[in-house]
Amino acid sequence: MSEKELGKKWDRCLADGAIKLGTGLGLGIVFSVLFFKRHTWPISLGSGAGLGMAYANCQNDLRSHYLLHKSEKVGCRSAFVRTCVSCCERVEKLTNFVNNCVR
Amino acid sequence: MLRACLRGANATARNHCRRSPGTSLQHCRHYTAGESSSGASKVIATGLLTVSGGVGGTILYAKWDHKFRAAVEKNVPYSDRLLGLALGPAPQDVGLPVKNQVELAQPPSMMEKQVKAPKAKSEKKVKDSAGSPAKEPSPVVTQPAQSIEEMSQEASAEATHIISAISEVPSVPAPCDTEAAAVKEECKECHDHKDTPAAVHPNAESPSAAEPLKERPVEEVAARLAQQDQEEQDILASVSASLEESLASSAKATLQAIGAQEAALQAITQHTHKLKEAMEAEEKSAQWKDLEAALADRTCSVNDAGTALLKANEALGALRSVIDDSKGLKIAAVHPLVLAAEENLHNMIVDLDKVVTKVQSAESEAKIVSQYSELVNEAKQQFQREVSSLTPEIQANWKGLTGKLSADDLNALIAHAHRRIDQLNRELAEQRVREQIHIDAALEQQKLEDQKALEKAVNTSLQHVKEDARLEQERKLAELREVMEAEMRTQLRRQAAAHTDHVQDVLKVQEQELRAEADQVLSSKMLEQETRYRQLNQEQLDNFTLDMNTAYARLKGMEEAIDSHVVAEEEARRAHQLWLSVEALNYTLKTADADVPTVPLKSAAEAVRDSCHDNDFAMALASALPEESLHRGVYSEASLRARFNSLRSLARRVALIDESHNSLYQYFLSYLQAALLFEDKQEAPPTQLSREDLDPFKLLSYASYCLEHGDLELAAKLVNQLRGEARRVVEDWLTEARLTLETRQVVSLLSAYANAVGLGTTQAP
Repeated sequence: MSEKELGKKWDRCLADGAIKLGTGLGLGIVFSVLFFKRHTWPISLGSGAGLGMAYANCQNDLRSHYLLHKSEKVGCRSAFVRTCVSCCERVEKLTNFVNNCVR
Repeated sequence: MLRACLRGANATARNHCRRSPGTSLQHCRHYTAGESSSGASKVIATGLLTVSGGVGGTILYAKWDHKFRAAVEKNVPYSDRLLGLALGPAPQDVGLPVKNQVELAQPPSMMEKQVKAPKAKSEKKVKDSAGSPAKEPSPVVTQPAQSIEEMSQEASAEATHIISAISEVPSVPAPCDTEAAAVKEECKECHDHKDTPAAVHPNAESPSAAEPLKERPVEEVAARLAQQDQEEQDILASVSASLEESLASSAKATLQAIGAQEAALQAITQHTHKLKEAMEAEEKSAQWKDLEAALADRTCSVNDAGTALLKANEALGALRSVIDDSKGLKIAAVHPLVLAAEENLHNMIVDLDKVVTKVQSAESEAKIVSQYSELVNEAKQQFQREVSSLTPEIQANWKGLTGKLSADDLNALIAHAHRRIDQLNRELAEQRVREQIHIDAALEQQKLEDQKALEKAVNTSLQHVKEDARLEQERKLAELREVMEAEMRTQLRRQAAAHTDHVQDVLKVQEQELRAEADQVLSSKMLEQETRYRQLNQEQLDNFTLDMNTAYARLKGMEEAIDSHVVAEEEARRAHQLWLSVEALNYTLKTADADVPTVPLKSAAEAVRDSCHDNDFAMALASALPEESLHRGVYSEASLRARFNSLRSLARRVALIDESHNSLYQYFLSYLQAALLFEDKQEAPPTQLSREDLDPFKLLSYASYCLEHGDLELAAKLVNQLRGEARRVVEDWLTEARLTLETRQVVSLLSAYANAVGLGTTQAP
């Protein structure tokens, strides 16, 4: 279901964001505790980095459809085009046949 | 607002009422009571007056002016009834009466002219008949010029009628021109003689009288010829009879006359003889008696001869007249008779003349003798007187007195005798002297008489000779004519012979021709009969074969019908099968639940395909079902609707996202927009989408409306217009919707087709 995709994407985004935030936070805490004398900046850095990564990932994920990847370029498009064309052909054939029979 | 107004109105009303309730009302009452009597009555009266005046004036004017009336009737609805009541029915239109009058005026004038012309004609005719002939030429001349064809024909017919009435010559009505000239002259005479009543019946009689003459000339001629021949024969017979009669009578009369003449001749000669004898001989009373008898006889016979001669002359005259009449008839056959009669007449005349001359000569002789005898008698008488004067005593018959005479007497007598002798001698001498003169005179006289007689004789003989010559000529002519006729007859006979030969030849040829023709006709008729016979035969055969053929064809037809029935039943069965399968397919579509698609249509489609092996259309349709529907089934419209409803919010939320705007911020904005924007849940889509309608929110509302109203197709179309992320979001739905639509279309087509086929094959009870 294409409508569920967005939801899924958002889920992923959130999950990813949570993970990344958590991980960043954790790492920041760790680094802040370990290396940076319990300054808060590594925590915020880590969380920020994590959040930013998550944001970027989310955005990327959400955009992914609109981006033309090098490998998928022709195939995606072609598949899409092919399905469109086949649909149109089928509809055309049907209508022609119906017209002929009606005539 | 309304309530405010009402309140305001009530307030004002209340105010008004409160201010001067009594006085105003009174005033009003007074107003109404006081002036109602005068004001209202005035108004009513004036109104009535004006209305009645207007109506009356309209009516009067309408009576006077018809155009106005027509206009009023046209414009005011029920005015025509009113005006009809008041004035009576409307007259005719204005424009026509003038024309009618004009038209009516023209024909009577023309008819009058025609009537006048014959009247003038008749008047003129009356005038002509009554007036003098001098007037006639000019009116008669002008008549044919003025008259119409009928009239001139009439006049000519009248003229012919008149002419034919007057003369016995039948007149044929010639063309007007040639007859007009003749008519003029004739008309003069006619108008002199005849009256106008003759003109009363012109046309009917004369053409009918003229026509039979025209119609039957040949017959008439033949009849007339026969008639003429008959007449000729009759005339001939009558003529011959009359001629014979007259000939006989004249012959009889002539013979009688001749006889009488001869008798007279005889009597005369007898008389002269007797006289001579009496002269020569002595006085004898017997002889004198005989002489007297002879004289009486002679006179009698001469009278008889004269009467007989007269009769004979009469008869001859009659004969001559008859001959002349018969000559006048100019008929050829009469000629010989006439000729013979003329000859007889001539002969008779000749004989009669001869006898008459004989009688005349005898008479002349008798005259001489009688003269002589008279002289002698005179001398005797003289002597007797002398003697008696001398001797008075001696009387008559002195011969008997010889004895009685005395001597003196005798001497006196002798002396007288001597004296007498002397006298006589002297007379004789004188006579001898005058002899020559007398003889000459006598000769002369005789010559004259002879001349006369000669002339007469010559004339008579000349006439006789002429007559003879004429008769001879006529005889010769008759002979010649006979000869000619004989020759002509021979020639004619020869010609007739030649003609008969020719006719025979011609007849032979004609016979041959006719025979050939008859043979031909016979052969053609035979051929015709044969062909007809053959034709009839053929017809019979044809009919028989036709019947056989028809029977065979019917049999075949029946067989075919039965076969076709079987086939049709088969067809029907198959159609029913198809229909059933299509119905099953249709039913399978309904097996979709809320979110569960239908059962795969594969089996149903298979069933349909099985039931329509030979039907390309159905096969094509059956194979046109989309694969997905076959394998997986399709979603129902309700599920799609439900899905759409859930999709709608999502699509709203990502409305701003497309290829260019797809960052998270855009997503945030898009979400914000969706939260803040309100649109109609459902909006009826317009027939034509404009640029503003391509807004996703609007499209979604249109689509919802369509879906709510069951138009999945339009909803899909509208949803198809979404772009960007919204489009991506609804893509699946769209494909599902497309699938459903496709399947439904195919199935509906199939069911329609199956229905049609079923209807076609179903036979009405």
